[in-house]
Amino acid sequence: MKFTWFHLMPWPHMPDDFREKHRSVWVDLPSRMYEPEVGHGVYHQYLDQLEFAESVGFDGIGVNEHHANAYGLMPSPNIMAATLTRRTSKAALVVLGNSIALYNPPLRVAEEMAMLDVLSGGRLVAGFPVGTSMDTNYAYGTIPALTREKYAEAHDLIRKAWAADEPFAFNGRYTKLRYVNCWPKPIQRPAPPVFIPGGGSVETYDFCLDNTYSYSYLSYSGYLRAKLLMEGYWKRVAERGVDESPYRAGFAQVICVADTDAEAERLYGPHINYFYNRCLHVYPGFADAPGYRTIKTIQTGALSQFTAASARNYVTMSWKDLTENRYVIAGSPETVRQQMEELIKTLRVGNIFCLMHVGNMPDDKVRHSTRLFAEKVMPRLRHLWPEWNNHDDRFWIHPMQQPVGLRTAAE
Amino acid sequence: MTSRFLTLEPSGRRIEVVEAGTGRDLLFLHGAGGHMPADPLIAALASQYRVVAPMLPGYGQSAGEDDLRDMLDVTLHTLDVLQALKLDQPIVVGHSMGGMIAAEMAAIARTEIDRLCLLAPAGLWIDEHPVVDIFTRLPYELPGLLFHDAEAGQKLLASGGNMDDPEFLKQFLVMNARRLGMAGKLLFPIPDRGLGQRLYRITADTLIVWGAEDVLIPPVYGNAFKKAISGSKLVKVSGAGHAVGQEKPQAVLEAIKAHF
Repeated sequence: MKFTWFHLMPWPHMPDDFREKHRSVWVDLPSRMYEPEVGHGVYHQYLDQLEFAESVGFDGIGVNEHHANAYGLMPSPNIMAATLTRRTSKAALVVLGNSIALYNPPLRVAEEMAMLDVLSGGRLVAGFPVGTSMDTNYAYGTIPALTREKYAEAHDLIRKAWAADEPFAFNGRYTKLRYVNCWPKPIQRPAPPVFIPGGGSVETYDFCLDNTYSYSYLSYSGYLRAKLLMEGYWKRVAERGVDESPYRAGFAQVICVADTDAEAERLYGPHINYFYNRCLHVYPGFADAPGYRTIKTIQTGALSQFTAASARNYVTMSWKDLTENRYVIAGSPETVRQQMEELIKTLRVGNIFCLMHVGNMPDDKVRHSTRLFAEKVMPRLRHLWPEWNNHDDRFWIHPMQQPVGLRTAAE
Repeated sequence: MTSRFLTLEPSGRRIEVVEAGTGRDLLFLHGAGGHMPADPLIAALASQYRVVAPMLPGYGQSAGEDDLRDMLDVTLHTLDVLQALKLDQPIVVGHSMGGMIAAEMAAIARTEIDRLCLLAPAGLWIDEHPVVDIFTRLPYELPGLLFHDAEAGQKLLASGGNMDDPEFLKQFLVMNARRLGMAGKLLFPIPDRGLGQRLYRITADTLIVWGAEDVLIPPVYGNAFKKAISGSKLVKVSGAGHAVGQEKPQAVLEAIKAHF
């Protein structure tokens, strides 16, 4: 198993009457709510937590990209990952990822990710999400029905740019470059491992299988509801006749660990509530721009994570509802271990994106929960895939053998 | 009202064409919402004209929308449709997004269109008077955006389906995604594809009609179109919203009859 400690970096100071005063946490929430000098401390605390996660033994630390929102404050995940290259040395830097349809030219992504891979000594995991409709269409103005074609072309350009040793011309529909010449190039050849966040469309299953990318389902509704979607993925894997390595898939899970189940509720309950009722408070009109999803996907009944969230009434869901239905895995180390094992086996996943900073959780609680998970839960989940030797080279980083010691470099 | 199919060469694109009435030829280009059930405007126009109303790919049973990506694609596609229909000097009428397409056609192929009627066309943007972002609006908001009398509009729009039925909901979502997915190529995120810099080319005799109570594209845009198209006439219809032709079909018919 590979465990990535993943940060969403939410704005932790949304007021108690947030839902009454604002229709959406995304797209049109006035930025006067953001206080830059408070933000200074928030960013550094969040980065410290990611570094702490490496120190207690997580395999990866993760960041992602969102725009115009208080749910996740990383318009540029690459800037965050760049700071992490300097103060970490072992963990994979899981950038999950860059919304490649948004960059003009998308070569910028190839360049920046190559920079991150070189800076980190070959520790980059490259994520290529389409991006939520709120980000891609409403905040960044991409025409919904053209988003996927643009994405596919950007992906093609990035892979070619990483692979080429000589300049070449790229005549795309959306990007035309007479000289594609990616300096620097990534350390990992031909490319860093690639993770694709998906939401249940068959096209994305095939895209991952065609390219040997890991399919990552980032859900906040827990593994019981994810079962159907992941079964669809594994069914497709079987149909395609490729191997069933669990590392072909990953799942995001909100996890809270305390000494006892009751203590978990007392410590983390308010922050879970903040996350589900403020961070996920998205206006339905922003959740799914018409044309953003393919017709085929709509026909299979897959709705966006955020459409589903807005249809669900989290306000009325208690701690008991959220934990019993496994939206959240919370409790004593033993409770969490049991449920995590069930998750891993049910969904058949080799990658877990652990969401352990939740909503407005203060630093001491984040570290407490993280340390308990790392010390008392993670070691007992490490060896669940012995038939795969608990590792799959195709879906994990290949750091260089002797990276330069940073202190030496500074002197 | 009858419906038939037209196949374009060489693309093989199959287009659904609604026809009604007899008289002088009138080409009608629908807006982003497509035709309404028993469309009152088409019905009124059919009392006087032979109305020929092709559906844009993505609407009704017209197919081939994946190959139409931008304004020029759609404009040339619609000129191809016009040519294939072999109409006799038609009055070209377009509503909202259809008006934007009609104006583009008249600007690009100025010798092929000599009578143009724009019903609350999209295509311009004035910072002080932003056009409503229809893509974020929920179904229940539409009557109020399209009609001055929202309650009457609600009845006109009613599709008769039950949104709680998962199968109907899925069909509705597919239809909505096809239509507005296509419309987004011309209207998202800002309905301006440079038409303003081409309007000077229009030489057709042009009538512009606007609902005086239009809240979706405010009537001030009517003045802007009138100013940009030389010799054009602007008629404002009182008691009408953005769906001016469906809300006041007789008034729009009279304006067209009087002008052409």
